[in-house]
Amino acid sequence: MPIEVLMPALSPTMTEGTLAKWIVKEGDTVASGDVLAEIETDKATMEVEAVDEGTVGKIVIAEGTENVAVNAVIAYILEEDEDASALDNVSASSAAPAAAPAAEAALAPAVAEAPAASTASAAPVAASGAIERSETEPRAMSVINATMDEKTYTSFKTQTVREALRDAMAEEMRGDENVYVMGEEVAQYQGAYKVTQGLLDEFGDRRVVDTPITEIGFTGMATGAAFMGLKPIVEFMTFNFAMQAIDHIINSAAKTLYMSGGQLGCPIVFRGPNGAASRVGAQHSQCYASWYAHCPGLKVVSPYSAADAKGLLKAAIRDPNPVVFLENELLYGQSFEVPDDEDFVLPIGQAKVEREGTDVTIVAFSIMVGKALKAAEQLAEQGISAEVINLRTIRPLDTNTIIRSVMKTNRLVTCEEGWHFAGIGSEIASVVMEHAFDYLDAPVARVSGEDVPMPYAANLEVLALPQEQHIVDAAKAVCYR
Amino acid sequence: MATTKRKRVTTRADNQASSDDLLKYYREMLLIRRFEEKAGQLYGMGLIGGFCHLYIGQEAVVVGMQAAITGDDGVITSYRDHGHMLACGMDAGGVMAELTGREGGYSRGKGGSMHMFSKEKNFYGGHGIVGGQVPLGTGIAFNYKYRGENRVCLTYLGDGAVNQGQVYEAFNMAALWQLPVIYCIENNQYAMGTSTQRHSSSPDLYQRGMAYGIPGEQVDGMDVLAVKEAGERAVEHCRAGKGPYILELKTYRYRGHSMSDPAKYRTKDELDKMRKEHDPIDMVKKLLIDGKIIDEAGLKDIDKEVKSEVAKAAEFAQNSPEPDVSELFTDILIDA
Repeated sequence: MPIEVLMPALSPTMTEGTLAKWIVKEGDTVASGDVLAEIETDKATMEVEAVDEGTVGKIVIAEGTENVAVNAVIAYILEEDEDASALDNVSASSAAPAAAPAAEAALAPAVAEAPAASTASAAPVAASGAIERSETEPRAMSVINATMDEKTYTSFKTQTVREALRDAMAEEMRGDENVYVMGEEVAQYQGAYKVTQGLLDEFGDRRVVDTPITEIGFTGMATGAAFMGLKPIVEFMTFNFAMQAIDHIINSAAKTLYMSGGQLGCPIVFRGPNGAASRVGAQHSQCYASWYAHCPGLKVVSPYSAADAKGLLKAAIRDPNPVVFLENELLYGQSFEVPDDEDFVLPIGQAKVEREGTDVTIVAFSIMVGKALKAAEQLAEQGISAEVINLRTIRPLDTNTIIRSVMKTNRLVTCEEGWHFAGIGSEIASVVMEHAFDYLDAPVARVSGEDVPMPYAANLEVLALPQEQHIVDAAKAVCYR
Repeated sequence: MATTKRKRVTTRADNQASSDDLLKYYREMLLIRRFEEKAGQLYGMGLIGGFCHLYIGQEAVVVGMQAAITGDDGVITSYRDHGHMLACGMDAGGVMAELTGREGGYSRGKGGSMHMFSKEKNFYGGHGIVGGQVPLGTGIAFNYKYRGENRVCLTYLGDGAVNQGQVYEAFNMAALWQLPVIYCIENNQYAMGTSTQRHSSSPDLYQRGMAYGIPGEQVDGMDVLAVKEAGERAVEHCRAGKGPYILELKTYRYRGHSMSDPAKYRTKDELDKMRKEHDPIDMVKKLLIDGKIIDEAGLKDIDKEVKSEVAKAAEFAQNSPEPDVSELFTDILIDA
């Protein structure tokens, strides 16, 4: 059979073009790569090259023809052992502009070859956290996941968040040679905020690596190392600087498992202080929770207490996926009771009810949990029983715990330090609206940072940040009090 | 360590390639070319979507570099990646089926032309952000050193990528920590449509590591034997624990940046001259014929074999079904 030369599409949107010029004529011998013709689209003139070798048997579309449909036969090439008589069989079918536009052509194989039904082996899609859902499944069902009981411990010790984070890393590094820490000032300086204190002494400079100030560089490197099975803990001096590296966090760490069809995982932890510290101005005071929580392929954790910090960081290091671990500088020095047990780990994806209540649910994470607990005390004095939920994990969000609480209290206040627009509170409000609309007795109230860059002046900074009183006011408002 | 300025073009006399090797390189380069021509054709038929960056003209680079390493070494590159995958020994059908977005593709149709991987063949992508693969490849080398393995990572980048800041962040750390990484700058002279003269303050890209003490050399990237020889020098340097190495492989892409690029930024004469006088495949063909290693008939047999391999790949790529709809939700996270 003679080889058909088809009108090519030069872009996914091209459906037709002009056959401007034939470079070859009938009877010419051509080889792969030889230019046969020039075609014009609205954007450009392009060359059509031969893919096969042979003799130009017949030119079907004359030069100068406009509106030639993509995939129309424009010529026939005769193979080595063919002569012109081979063309007799094909001319009938070729004359018609049989070809479909590119878009249809692209769809054709899908229609023709799509399997009639999913094969049994492909059907059971392995559950991979709360992200997975089938469109046929009611969303309300998919979010009601099993709640794991937090193990009850008998022995506790008082620790700062800083010490708890350090212990979590040290314990995991002792247990797994592939775990290492990398970042600015993590080794000799003992951590810009002293979180990595003592790690260099115990593990040496092979596993506690001081980097230059080069965020996108070391983030990309750690991601490459994680593709190979190492388990890097990347410390950002603050998450503000991770904006330099966000391309690798999202495009490389979060997406490669999917893009590789499951071949390359990325067991990595990106950790460091997030949100406002104190009087450090706009470029050093931002909450990134909603930025990272937006992206499939990442887990996002944000601890409040020292127990949260230890149990969740250990879980994050053991997790085979990239985990963004958002700490808070102002919490580093605060002390909490931490289970005194090497096996203490907290599950990612599970919120904690810090205080039970019946009148209103207050959802918070990180430093806002402390403010919410204080607000709850104030509210109690005023006769309002507030339930405080510490999210612990932002993604996957423990919607189950939130919804259960709202079904009980019928009122919800969300708290975050970041801006409200497209924030975590917005997501929670949507989830509750979708799954517990009928249980709400008042619109959801969002407490958040003011919609301004962080000011430096002490009085303005206080005004820009959500305070305990805002939570109290919001709770009273949704209780119509 | 001073940057060495070597502009070597291996002459026929000092090439060490055996007849078998030459035939192997010829076949591998031809496979890449025929594969890419077929990919261009399938794109034209609407069977391949999105972006499609063809490697035609640059074949000697990957075939020469691959000849300088072993199968245990790592390879990572940007989005003009089909040639690298074939050179790594990945199956042509699997690569083509990924281009057509089918279940039989290396990423089961979820990556596409720019995002393909083979852990088995130590090929780590296929990355779509210009320069992004450079820190990643440096991290792969960091991993080799961390584990005490004597492996190297070939990290390819184009002449356009050399202007990305993260490339120098990686260069610095690779040199600082003496990581076994070879930066293979494929200088095909155009960053999309912007020529090196218009985008680089210095035309000598092999000197881009000078500030970090990374040795660099410029190589005729159209000559597979010159590439192999320079590659072996670089590999030896890395394996000896001396840190990174830069090779600037001067090459040329015959096609546009992607399928919709008519390449109006260069003259037809420039392209014709390259194709006629510096074609990497013709060069080896001449060595084979002149050295009486094979005759025209023998070459024709190879051509036929390659053509049939590509035809099979194209057939597989068209017949493999589209991924099951359940694939939409798989491979997002690994079960913890």
